[in-house]
This record gives sequence, C-alpha cells and structure tokens, in this order.
Amino acid sequence: MQAAGSIHSIAGSAVEAKGLTGARMYDVAKVGERGLMGEIIRIESGVATIQVYEDTSGLSIGEPVGCQGHPLTVELGPGLLGVAFDGIQRPLDSLRQEEGDFILRGTSIPSIDRDRSWSFSPAVKQGDTVIGGDLLGTTREGSRIEHRIMVPPDIGGTVVEARQGDFRVEETVVRIQTGAGIVDLSMITRWPVRIPRPFAEKMPPDQPFITGQRILDTLFPIARGGTAIVPGGFGTGKTVVEQTLAKYADADVIIYVGCGERGNEMTEVLTEFPLLEDPQTGGSLMERTVLVVNTSNMPVAAREASIYTGITMAEYYRDMGYDVALMADSTSRWAEALREISSRLEEMPGEEGYPTYMGTRLATFYERAGMVRTLGSNGRTGSVTVVSAVSPPGGDFSEPVTQSSMRVAGALWALDTSLAHRRHYPAIDWTRSYSLFTTRLTPWYVEQVAEDWPVQRQRLNRMLEREKEILEMVQLVGEDAIPDTERVLLLGARLIRENFLRQNAYHPVDATCPMKKQYWMLSAFLEGYEVILSGLAEEIPLEDLLAVGAIGDLARLNELTDDRFPSASEEVLNRLKEDVSDLAEQIRTQRERFEEEGEGGEPAE
Amino acid sequence: MESLLNRRSRGLIGISGPLVSMRYLPGVFLGQMIELRTETGQQRKGQVLELSEEMTTAQLFETTQGIDTESISVRYLPSTARFRLSREILGRAFSGSGVPIDGTPHPIPELEREIVGNAINPTARDKPSDFIQTGISAIDLLNTLVRGQKLPIFSGAGLPSNELAVQIVRQASVLGEEEDFAIVFAAMGITHRDAAFFLDAFQTTGAIQRTVVFLNLASDPTIERLLTPRMALTAAEHLAFDHDMHVLVVLTDMANYCEALREIGNAREEIPGRRGYPGYMYTDLASIYERAGRIRGREGSVTQIPILTMPDDDITHPIADLTGYITEGQVVLSRELHRKGVFPPIDVLPSLSRLMNLGIGEGKTRADHRNLADQIYAFYARGRDLRRMEAIVGEDAMTTEDRRYLDFARRFEELYLNQGNRERDIETSLAEAWQLLAGFPVTELTRIGRQWIEKYLPADNEDEESEASS
Repeated sequence: MQAAGSIHSIAGSAVEAKGLTGARMYDVAKVGERGLMGEIIRIESGVATIQVYEDTSGLSIGEPVGCQGHPLTVELGPGLLGVAFDGIQRPLDSLRQEEGDFILRGTSIPSIDRDRSWSFSPAVKQGDTVIGGDLLGTTREGSRIEHRIMVPPDIGGTVVEARQGDFRVEETVVRIQTGAGIVDLSMITRWPVRIPRPFAEKMPPDQPFITGQRILDTLFPIARGGTAIVPGGFGTGKTVVEQTLAKYADADVIIYVGCGERGNEMTEVLTEFPLLEDPQTGGSLMERTVLVVNTSNMPVAAREASIYTGITMAEYYRDMGYDVALMADSTSRWAEALREISSRLEEMPGEEGYPTYMGTRLATFYERAGMVRTLGSNGRTGSVTVVSAVSPPGGDFSEPVTQSSMRVAGALWALDTSLAHRRHYPAIDWTRSYSLFTTRLTPWYVEQVAEDWPVQRQRLNRMLEREKEILEMVQLVGEDAIPDTERVLLLGARLIRENFLRQNAYHPVDATCPMKKQYWMLSAFLEGYEVILSGLAEEIPLEDLLAVGAIGDLARLNELTDDRFPSASEEVLNRLKEDVSDLAEQIRTQRERFEEEGEGGEPAE
Repeated sequence: MESLLNRRSRGLIGISGPLVSMRYLPGVFLGQMIELRTETGQQRKGQVLELSEEMTTAQLFETTQGIDTESISVRYLPSTARFRLSREILGRAFSGSGVPIDGTPHPIPELEREIVGNAINPTARDKPSDFIQTGISAIDLLNTLVRGQKLPIFSGAGLPSNELAVQIVRQASVLGEEEDFAIVFAAMGITHRDAAFFLDAFQTTGAIQRTVVFLNLASDPTIERLLTPRMALTAAEHLAFDHDMHVLVVLTDMANYCEALREIGNAREEIPGRRGYPGYMYTDLASIYERAGRIRGREGSVTQIPILTMPDDDITHPIADLTGYITEGQVVLSRELHRKGVFPPIDVLPSLSRLMNLGIGEGKTRADHRNLADQIYAFYARGRDLRRMEAIVGEDAMTTEDRRYLDFARRFEELYLNQGNRERDIETSLAEAWQLLAGFPVTELTRIGRQWIEKYLPADNEDEESEASS
C-alpha cells in the first residue's frame, strides 16, 4: 500500500509532493531518502502537502515520498506505563540507545517493546460470545495496574481459542470467529490518534477528582472526567501545578504531555517520579505514568501531534475501567505549532495569526475528556480528566488560546503574577478562578467529607470577599483607621491565605492534603477567627489579641500529617480559646479592680 | 552531494531585503550554504530557505547592497552551516559567522558540526544540581543558579547588566578552577564599547585564555546575527560534551537577535505575530536556549546567561515574554533600584530561578536555605505593598506592625541587595539574611521551620522577644 511520489517544494516543515495517487487526508507519509515521518494535511490538484514531524533541512527536490496508506496511529498494549515517548510515540530511551544522546532523524522504532513477554490470563473460554469492548484477559503491568486486554471496538464473534501463559505482545492470545472469518487477537492494537475511541455513554460529572491541593479541592474542584485549564504568565508555576497533580492526584493512570516545554523539566519528572512512592501500592509513581515529551526544540509538527498521542493512550486506559488524568503542558505551544503549520500553508489567518479552526480543534480535544460507561456487554466505568496549562503571551488572558480554552473548560485555575512574585504558590487567584462543577459535586462532599462542608466553604468565600473589600478601603485610609473587627478579619483572612490557600509543593507533608485534613484545617481557621473576634467583645486590646501565641500554631497546622487530625486542630483551638479567655480574665480583673478602686475612691496601693 | 561541490549558476531572479531568489538547480537542498560573488570579486554568504521546482530562495547573511541580478554568480557549498571545532578554539576570536578575526588562521579542526544542533534526547539529560556561587546574594540566596541552567538577565537601556554578567562569569570561573571551565561569549549587535568592556574584564580576570569570542557588532550585518548564537553554542557543546568542560555561555543582546529574526520574517512576507515578530519566534528562541544542560555520563555542562534589553522596560514585550517562557527563570534589573544607587539593582520579586531547589539545601548550601529565602520573599513583598499604601495614606496611618515591614523592605534594599562590588560567599549571604529577620516576633516567621529559627535567628532578637512578652 505504498504510493510513491516525489518532493515538489519545501518550506520549513511543510513539504509538497507530486504523484501520490490514492493518498488520503491525514495518511502517514515517509519523506525523502531518510524516510522522515509526516502526515498529509492538504491535497490539491495532484499535489499533497505533508507536515513533516522531523527537521527538514537537507531535503531536496525530487527525493522520494511514500504514502503509508493509514493515518497516524499509536500502539496500545502492555508496556506503555513508565515509558517516555516523543510526540509521535517513539520511545525516547530506545531512541537514545539507537542514535545516542541527541535526537537524529528518520529513525523508526516500535512504540511497544516487541521482545518483552507478558503473562496473559484469559477471561474468556472457547465458545463464549464476545462483542467490542469485552474483556479478553489480563496481564499485570507494574504493581498497580492490571492491564485489561479488550476486544477491539469493531470486532465481535465467538471465541475459538483462548490461550494462557507468557506471550510477547504480537503473539496471538485469543482467536475469534467473526462474520468475516477467524480473527487472531494479540495484546497489541493500534488506534488512529485523531479519532476518539468509542464508548457506550457519557456519564454525569458527580465525583470529584481529588487533587490534594487545598485551594483546588475546597474552592475550585474538578469532577472526574472534567477539564480544567491553568493559564498563567511565565514564572507563575503552571508546570509545578501540573507536576504536583501528576504526583498526588487521585488517579489510576497519569498521562503527562510535555508539549513544547523545557528539556530540564522533563528530566526532573524522569528522575524524580521513579523515586517517588505511590501511596496506594508502595511501588514507584512512574508505574502509573506515561510521558509524552516533545520539548520546545523538538520538531514543531510532532508537537502538534503530541496531545493526540497522549489522549489516545488516556482513552485506552479509560476503556479498561480506570480513572486517567491527562496533564497537558502546555496547549498554547500546541496552538502555536498549529499556527506555524497553517502559516506555511498560507492559510488565511484568524485572530493573532492563529488559524480560524484553532478553537474547534481545541474544543474537540477537550471533549475527549469525560467519564464514560465503556463498550462491552458489562461495561466498565472509566474517566479521562484533562488539566491543561495555557501560556498566554504577556500574561494577558484575552488572547485567543486562553479564550478558546475557557469556552470549553469546566474549571479555570487562573495563575496570578503578583501572587507568584511574593512566592504565594500555588499562585491561583481565588478572585478570578471558577469551577462549574461545584454544585454537582456538593452531594459527594456532604456525604464523604462533612455535613457542613457547603456551609464552611461558603464562610470561606465570604471571608475572602470581605477581605477584598476591606483592603480596598485600607488602600485609601490606612489600616489604623478601620474598625478593630475588620482588622481581625484581615488577620483571619491572611492566616487562611498564607496557610490554607498557599501550599508548599516541596514540603514532605504539606505537598498533598487529604480531604479530611482540608476540612479540619478550614474549620480550625474559621473557628479560630471567631474566637479572636469574641476576644474583641471582651474588650481585649487588639494588639494583645494579635500577639496570642496560639495563632502561630494555627499557622503551622499544614505541616502536620493527616492522622493527627482532628485532635491536633482541636488542641490548637483549645489553646487559642484558653489564651483569649486568660486575656479576657486579666482584663476583667483589671476592670473590677479599677471599679472597686473607683468606688472606694482610694488610689491604688 | 559530492557532485554539488563548487557548482555554480549565474544570475538571480530577484532581490528583496536580505532575500535573494534564483532559478532552481537540481540537487540543491534545504539549509544549503551558498556564496554570491559580484563582478568585482566580493563574496556574500547565504543559506537556502525555500525550495520549489521553479525557484530557490535564500537569505543573505551580509548586505545585499551593490548586488544586481545579471552578473552575480552563485556558488553552492556542499553543506549546511557548520563550524569547525577543536579544543584550540579556546582563547580565539571569531566573527559572528565563525571566521577568525584575530589575525591567525582557523585552528586545525578535530571535527565539524552543523550549527543547527540536534535536540538533546530528554532521557539523556542529567538533572542540573551543582550550585554556582556568583557572590551576589540576590542570586545565590534568592534565585540560585545551577550548572546546566539557562538564566537570562532582563535588563533595560542604561542598566548595568554587563557588570552583573561579568561578575557572574568571574565568580563561576573562580570556582571552576580545579575543574575545567570555559567561557563562550557571543555578541550580537552590541556596540564596540560594550564588547570592549567584556573583553577587558575577561582579560583582567585572566579568563581570556579560556574564552571563545564570537563578535557581531552593531556595525556588522544584521542577518549574520542569526548564525552567531548557534556558532557559539556549537562551540560550547563541543567543549562541554567532547572535552568535559563546564562552559558558561554569555549571549548578548538577544533583543538584537530577535530584530534580525523579524527582519527575515518580514522579508519573507510571513504573517507577523505580536509586534511584528514572527509567530515561530518561540520555537526559534527555544532552539537556542534549550541548548543548555548536562548529559548523563558526561562530565561537562553548558550554562547560559543570555542578556536582553527589554524595550521600554516592558517585561510583557514578546522578546522578554517568550524568553521567560523558555528559560529556567530570569534575573530582572530594576530602574528604580538603579536610581536609588543600589548595585546590583536586582528586583527580586519578578526574578526567579526554577532550578533553585536542585542546587540548594543540605550538602549543597545549607538546610535552612529554602525556608529562609521564602521568608525573605514574603516579608519583602509585604513591605513593598505597604510602601505603595504609605504613599497614599501617609506614614501616620501605618500601624506599628506595618512599619516593621516597611523598615524590613528598606533594610533589605539598602543593606542586603546593595552589596556593591563586594562579593559574599553563600555563608555570608545566609548569615546576613538572618540578620535582617532580627526584630521580628517568632510567630511571624511562619515560613521557617522551628528548628532553624532556634538555630540561626540572631540571639539579641530572642532577648527582645522575651522582654516584650514579659
């Protein structure tokens, strides 16, 4: 199925070829003597335009072009977890063994190791009738994941043979009698990246995707199968948010797509994740992670493909019945790649030079997220949650990529430069961020966390809102000029901002915060505020109140492990109450003495 | 390709800005170097940008002035842009396109490489982790530089970015003495005066013997600037990864490089992105900045200090913005601090080192480093906020607590940042930072672990504390 043609013109990563008869849109092509990989993106009067995934320098007119006759696909099967791939699913480690420390061109390497064998236990037996999506059997992939081999979506029939034992991925494990003859199924399948994998139905987003980040889980939660975007100027910590979620978020499988970002950052992930322990299994975090890495200096066209490569693998694990999270860092780089290719094609540009179809493509990508009931006779439930970083030029959210993303994403976690400048991380701006999932998720929180969760959350919101108003006033008249009650509120809100909303991603304990701890911490802060406020009613001078030692203990609750809650937070609150009532007592005695002396008409001592 | 050696054609189809186009000659390939020769024997170098069966388009690295379409002959060189490498390039000076300018011939090469480097395979990269002591507290304590990092200096016209860069180079080379170090200096469109400043400084420190210089001055051809950083980085990679050296690359001024990129983009009639810069500027800059780092199993490292002048001090300008998105942090100079006479005038709030955590802590600097830096940041940010407020509401309206932060911000700038030419080692930087915290109640030091407060907070502070509470 190789149609042969030849290069007709070259401009950057866009190569035009003549003579590719029968070529279809989005078919894969091999370009030039070196066989550079590319994809057909336009066909016009006998000339096919190919977007080449590798550097095109050195190519010349007349070199051969071969069409592969199939679109860009990824390989799916056991052996994906723990591997770092490039944007077109070439395993980077194998590439390195093949060609050295620098990435060369034209090397083709199978995505999944062909020599490794896996122990397959069938879940079907001879004579069983199966349809697309049904479980054929399982094999263990790392300590965490039971890799479920499924009947491909478009196949169904009667099992003729189901083998058990150790097999390599290409060996036949199950044979099925279909209407069109016997089909041999192995553990490996292929799927075109630009086509979403089918499912039975989408389900409502009513379970939260717990991230372990207080500001997110408490104020701006996202549902399993939801989408969130994290826009922010440079240095605001997008990558740290993405990486922290990849480490601690409650998901079975993490697909991390480093799309046009820094090489050293990927090195960090590659060296750090294998050392981090998966709290659920004790194995390494890398065992649940697949990396798709296309750094900013790797070819642009492959960067465009990388998010599709990532989400197709995510859907594959979803279909096994797992909760998958896809971290994309960043979709702006993807959009820029799209813009660059579009400009080489001399298409009419839309806003800021982006092609007019950029918004649609972005929406189509985000829509591949979701919680679904999978195909198969007793469908499993699985989800793909997408958290994608956006890098707006100049930190200006009005630019097209941020705006197009906001139209489809269910949650906005807006990063703020001034918070980042004062090292308030995660630098998520609570006044600007939102989540559309809050209402749907409330029943879960009430049931699983605490009955008064919505109330506490509302109190927190009101307090932050009130702080904003007071601060505006303080800007005009100074803090000295506002009532003491408002100064206490400022203190309370600052405690919450700095010790609840702020979270240290590098602290061994604080890096992640379970829901229960979040609840007890929040309650302690809200309650603590009320206690201090009650001190004012006892006529304790504000200065004395603000200097109460237990406030410092409140500020350090985040450093305590979750098993110490609620006793630790209750203890701190009790101490605070004692301190305040001691102060009140002192004031009362003073006053009484003063009054007595006043009545007695005698000076003291 | 052999057959192409010294192939020539005559005449051009057109000339537009730095672009020339000629009839297509079979065998010409993308990225091929060409040489135009005028009737009078002048030579101009260029490179093939686009190819079709009808026409070849090339960019000229030198001026197109005096070129006509009739009498020009085009010679096709056998390769893409390359640089000939050997250890002997140390101590030498080259033009922006890699021709020796110090009067001696090109060193005998060990090998030759394309200057458009290949991307390092991310799995081959080694995590940068060696602390580089620059002697500057604002960097060492608050925005630590590590080997293999790319940390640009965001400067403004008239701000002392050169002095700062020289200080970093001097310190880094002192530490590197036991190990093999080298400096690669690439000048793009800077003035003769600026270039002389750097060369003098390298001379004084004795580093000149270990320096490779690539000079494209303001008077040199603009488009040549597209080659200069790539020449420099090819040299740096050779020294680092073939000769196990720790290489510090200073690239100045990236703003001039970007101008050259814009000029080519406009000449090609591309759809411009923000402020007329090409839409692919991010990718292009990444192909330069990403050539920093370390490789597993190799001794050497490439550390980059690009300098860029932000037009109108605007950090959201595309040049600064795209750079910030690629590099691992930035050191931002402040005009306000400069006016106050603070040197180095580093505004630490927008400054950042993303790799800081890899280079600090127990066994590298000191265990309390991270906590201490966080606390200084928090206090200084608060002090700066209050300073703005003070300007509106007046000093009288500030509470005692507020004044403590205002005072902190002032002391931080005047005593800590303003270290002049005195260099501080990391111990001193840490100690003096603790000194700044003296006078604050322990309950305010929420970002520092209790054990560090007990260990390092200057003692007189404790006394004040107990007095105050008794």
